[in-house]
Amino acid sequence: MEASVQPRPAGSQRTRSEHRLAWMLCAPAVIAMLAVTAYPIGYAIVLSLQQIDLRFPDQSGFVGLDNYKAILSSELWWTDIFNTVFVMVTSVTIELVLGMAVALVMHRAIFGRGVVRTSVLIPYGIITVVAAFAWQFAFAPDTGFVNHLPLIAEDMDWFGGRFSSFAVIIMAEVWKTTPFMALLLLAGLVTIDSQLYEAAKVDGASAWQRFTRITLPLMEPAILVALLFRTLDAFRVFDTIFIMTRGAQDTESVSILGFNQLISRLNLGLGSAVSVLIFICVFLIAFLFVRGFGARVEEGRPGS
Amino acid sequence: MERGSREYALWSIAILAVLILALIPVVWLISISLKPTDAVTDGRFLPSEISFDNYKSLFEGGIDDSPFIKPLINSILIALSTTVIAIVFASFAAYAIARLEFPGKRVILAGALAIAMFPPISTVGPLFDMWRALGLYDTYPGLIIPYLTFSLPLAIYVLVAFFREIPWELEQAAQVDGATPFQAFSKVIVPLAAPGVFTAAILVFIFAWNDFLFAISLTSSDASRTVPAALAFFTGESSFTQPTGSIAAAAVVVTVPIIVFVLLFQRRIVSGLTAGAVKG
Repeated sequence: MEASVQPRPAGSQRTRSEHRLAWMLCAPAVIAMLAVTAYPIGYAIVLSLQQIDLRFPDQSGFVGLDNYKAILSSELWWTDIFNTVFVMVTSVTIELVLGMAVALVMHRAIFGRGVVRTSVLIPYGIITVVAAFAWQFAFAPDTGFVNHLPLIAEDMDWFGGRFSSFAVIIMAEVWKTTPFMALLLLAGLVTIDSQLYEAAKVDGASAWQRFTRITLPLMEPAILVALLFRTLDAFRVFDTIFIMTRGAQDTESVSILGFNQLISRLNLGLGSAVSVLIFICVFLIAFLFVRGFGARVEEGRPGS
Repeated sequence: MERGSREYALWSIAILAVLILALIPVVWLISISLKPTDAVTDGRFLPSEISFDNYKSLFEGGIDDSPFIKPLINSILIALSTTVIAIVFASFAAYAIARLEFPGKRVILAGALAIAMFPPISTVGPLFDMWRALGLYDTYPGLIIPYLTFSLPLAIYVLVAFFREIPWELEQAAQVDGATPFQAFSKVIVPLAAPGVFTAAILVFIFAWNDFLFAISLTSSDASRTVPAALAFFTGESSFTQPTGSIAAAAVVVTVPIIVFVLLFQRRIVSGLTAGAVKG
């Protein structure tokens, strides 16, 4: 960029002032974004190396990696990691299938497209906490209507067991976030040339063949972007579990564990170590995705 | 496609299924909020008789005693402030990124993407400690600042996508035709940029309105507690009466305006969400 400017000394003054203007325009946003991410994560690392419990302030001190050792050797952390990954993988998988179905309906429906788009946006607009309450009330044995439906035992205690709680939690998560998935997939669908389908039809390809041989391969980048966003989002699952079980029946996620240590027990040292570990997990997920993603995009390029 | 054909029937079923699945929880919430207290546990999907007691109880006692009015005001003011500040900051940055060449542009875009993926729980502990030291704990700015941080990436991506589509030459054309620079900007560029700005504003507002984690971590009273956090505390407060009805009524009050809003501006929201995620 600089090199192309240098042969024209007359322009460099202007270029420099343009750079200054650009930086000034970006400064407020950059500062606001760093102030609550880069600085706190650095501070979290510092806190995580100390024993700081706000209930026992005089016992503070530097303890090195002891907090990390305590967490990584505790059964609770690994249970919570399992729970988080279980909810993440299950809900994102269901969302991908449902989201693809909804995207196809929005894209291919000859009529009623507006109705589908309208109704799909309703879950998106609803507060996650509100959605969690709605599903909790629906499944609760006292207030709910679900246990009065046919085929379901009337005294089924959904929130009394671990995996029945997960079933309701995942249902609420899927309901709330499938629209986002569907919209991202729809954006990928509309870029596919409809002539490809016509040609395949002429060659006698069935609807299923057209979907698996044309739609899916061409949509791979869009699918991966949607999966990346939703996977990272699902790994942070907090609101729904907090409202429905507060982590009871072994349904705690890592975000709930961090919250309990930090805010409920005021143990900043241990809680910050949990925060840093969650940050590392998210970083690893993103890193693995971007590596896989980059290669796939390269493969998908025409002419390669 | 003909009415009555097999294909028509299949599409109708698919559309109906989406519609019902999307609406059931909303209808259910409205239904439970309208049930009289003694009928909350009747297990019916629709109420057999309708009562507005739950709504009345929400607003009883005015601003001082109602568990709902102050959080509602907090939610509205905090979400609106976040939206205004985020849109101003994001518009500046997006203008620079869309129109100017400068070193560091890619770093800013990559950084914004990284922040969109950042786990908010990782900042809660440090912010809790910092905010108490700075006197920001349990205040409006204490929530507005983190909301700003986490909504800016989406706002910047949406606005950059929109600003790149604006034919900026029109500004010079207007000046050639005798418009002052201010007129050229306000009469030509502002109307062209308005839909994008509005779209970004809706998305930021929904984000701030929806947050729960910061709202329960960085507040301790009705001074700044927002509706999602207040709803979680409804449960504990009345141990003798079932709070289900009042939670449902409060949920309906905060949900219906957003649904109306979302439906009115659905095209914008769809284009904004897809621009923000894919074009980046």
